[in-house]
Amino acid sequence: MIKFLFRGLLRDRHRSLLPFLVTLIGVMLTVVFHAWMTGVIGNSIEFSARFASGHVKVMTRAYSENAAQAPNDLALIGTATLTAGLSERWPEMEFAERIHFAGIIDAPDSLGETREQGPAMGFGIDLLSGNTAEAERMNIPSSLRNGRMPEKKNEVLISALFADKLNIVPGDVITLVGSSMYGELAMHNFTVSGTVDFGTTALDRGTVIADIGDVRDALNMEDAAGEILGFFRTGVYDEERASAICDEFNRVYNSPEDEFSPLMTSLSQDKTMGFLVEYSGKLQGILVALFIMAMSLILWNAGLLGGLRRYSEFGMRLAIGESKGHVYRTMMMESLLIGFFGSAAGVAFGMVISLFLQNHGIDLGVMMKNASVMMPSVFRAHITPATWYVGFIPGLLSSQIGSMLSGIGIYKRQTAQLFKELEQ
Amino acid sequence: MKRVAFIILLAGCLNALHAQYPEGKQLLDRIDKNMSSENRVFTSTMVINGRRATHTIKMKTWTAGEKKSFTEYLYPVREQGTKMLKLENQLWIYSPSTDRIIQIAGHMLRQSVMGSDLSYEDLMEDSRLTDRYSAVVTGTETINGRDCWVIDLKAFVPEITYQGMKLWVDRERNIPLREEMYAKSGTLLKRTELSDVEKIGTRWYPRRILFRDMLKDGKGTEFIIEEIEFNVPIPDYIFSKASLKK
Repeated sequence: MIKFLFRGLLRDRHRSLLPFLVTLIGVMLTVVFHAWMTGVIGNSIEFSARFASGHVKVMTRAYSENAAQAPNDLALIGTATLTAGLSERWPEMEFAERIHFAGIIDAPDSLGETREQGPAMGFGIDLLSGNTAEAERMNIPSSLRNGRMPEKKNEVLISALFADKLNIVPGDVITLVGSSMYGELAMHNFTVSGTVDFGTTALDRGTVIADIGDVRDALNMEDAAGEILGFFRTGVYDEERASAICDEFNRVYNSPEDEFSPLMTSLSQDKTMGFLVEYSGKLQGILVALFIMAMSLILWNAGLLGGLRRYSEFGMRLAIGESKGHVYRTMMMESLLIGFFGSAAGVAFGMVISLFLQNHGIDLGVMMKNASVMMPSVFRAHITPATWYVGFIPGLLSSQIGSMLSGIGIYKRQTAQLFKELEQ
Repeated sequence: MKRVAFIILLAGCLNALHAQYPEGKQLLDRIDKNMSSENRVFTSTMVINGRRATHTIKMKTWTAGEKKSFTEYLYPVREQGTKMLKLENQLWIYSPSTDRIIQIAGHMLRQSVMGSDLSYEDLMEDSRLTDRYSAVVTGTETINGRDCWVIDLKAFVPEITYQGMKLWVDRERNIPLREEMYAKSGTLLKRTELSDVEKIGTRWYPRRILFRDMLKDGKGTEFIIEEIEFNVPIPDYIFSKASLKK
């Protein structure tokens, strides 16, 4: 029976081509859209986690209220003990201390006086101990454009765009002018070891990256850090586990009365990333629902058109004694075949495009030239196991639903009228 | 008819009361005579009350007229040897740890000095009130048991940080006991309380000033004058960039 129907579909392309193409295009778009959105949201979440929020983050309660301003006067104190305690209690996570700071980078002339100045934001991360993967986590080695990574004390990396603006090259000495943890004027000399290009405008405009030890010396922050970030060793954010860890930590360490008590927040509790984390979980369901609705309407319409075109054929089949149920069932079988092959072809085409977008990405840096949020400029699609079925199953179902709706017309045909209709 | 007579009487009384107030310009001139000088050398202590801790900075300052000023930080050890030079509208800072002379310009001038409630602009602003503001005496109030004139000041110099000020001036000693500084929008930016007023030579001068940046939380910054000498000779080399590295 299936072979018979399949042959019929191949021989009469008018019957199968339009629904096949509609299903193919719909499924392909769904596959590409799903992979793209998963990639874009995933890229943004991961980027933010690596640079700013971690999978979990520990700050003082006062610091967390103004975290965007990196208020180092409200930083955590006694971080060596705190970090050791965190690592011991939650060995599935790697904890890293960081200091965010802002200030002025001053480039001197030959007399040691100000030649160029520019506002900078800085990251103090562990670059020299050799015990952490902080540099790799922030993708610094592969972002190096000139020079080399810091290898000794008081060496610093500077974003390439910023270096060009200040006419700085690796080997130059620059001075950081900022505020110490206690509000004093802080001035510290660094030697530029290299320049980096993150491909993110917000970072490339004016970033300096130094070893956290040097930043502590510069800002008078001995055994202190603005924040301690925690990352799951698996590299994958686990919302449930992160929330449980935060709850346990805050029960033990946090006191609402003490504004300097440490407070742990998860990635989903981050003010900007929380929405994306939540949204990414719901994305698949929203996509499937929208797709089924839209495609069902289109295929219903296509089925109605097909039904009209095959009006005489169905009449003839009913007139020669084929039951309405049988006609309806063969129509369903035909749509199942069309849905299956259309969806399979749609997944195949969609996967090819998604794979291309996953490997090459799209550079949207121009659109984010003045962006103040940290987002990658090159966005890539991301193919997940769900990408394989997120289009296929709805493609199959919607073509089936479309045919079911349009096929109802078969049961409305009056057998007594058939010969009259056929005579016309 | 009775009502009209009452209004005329009331207006007359108010006018008479207002006539007893001194001229605003006259009062500013008297304040300038106390607060401004040809030059001065003073040692001061700044007590900065942060959210987490209080820290103290000691410094020595040489000032000549309104345009030149030189400050050397004496304490704490971390700040020792840091020097600031102001010439006209320019400010340079030297830090011995970096052996660099850095020019502070643009928006950096609005940054806090050593985490205090004072900005670099506040430190640089030392010209006479009469050169910057017109004044109207609006009333009288009592501050810390002293009778004060209340004066509203309006800047006639456009490029000034505080476009408006309100002063409570000791009627007897012609010294402000409280100052409020306003932005052009009318937002209150800073408030100072001046106390420990002493007679130094022929002038009255406050030994203690509490600065409060009204845009941030905190208990403010106390500025205490330990020693002060007016109109003493200051060698010219003090106000040169060369002296920053000495």
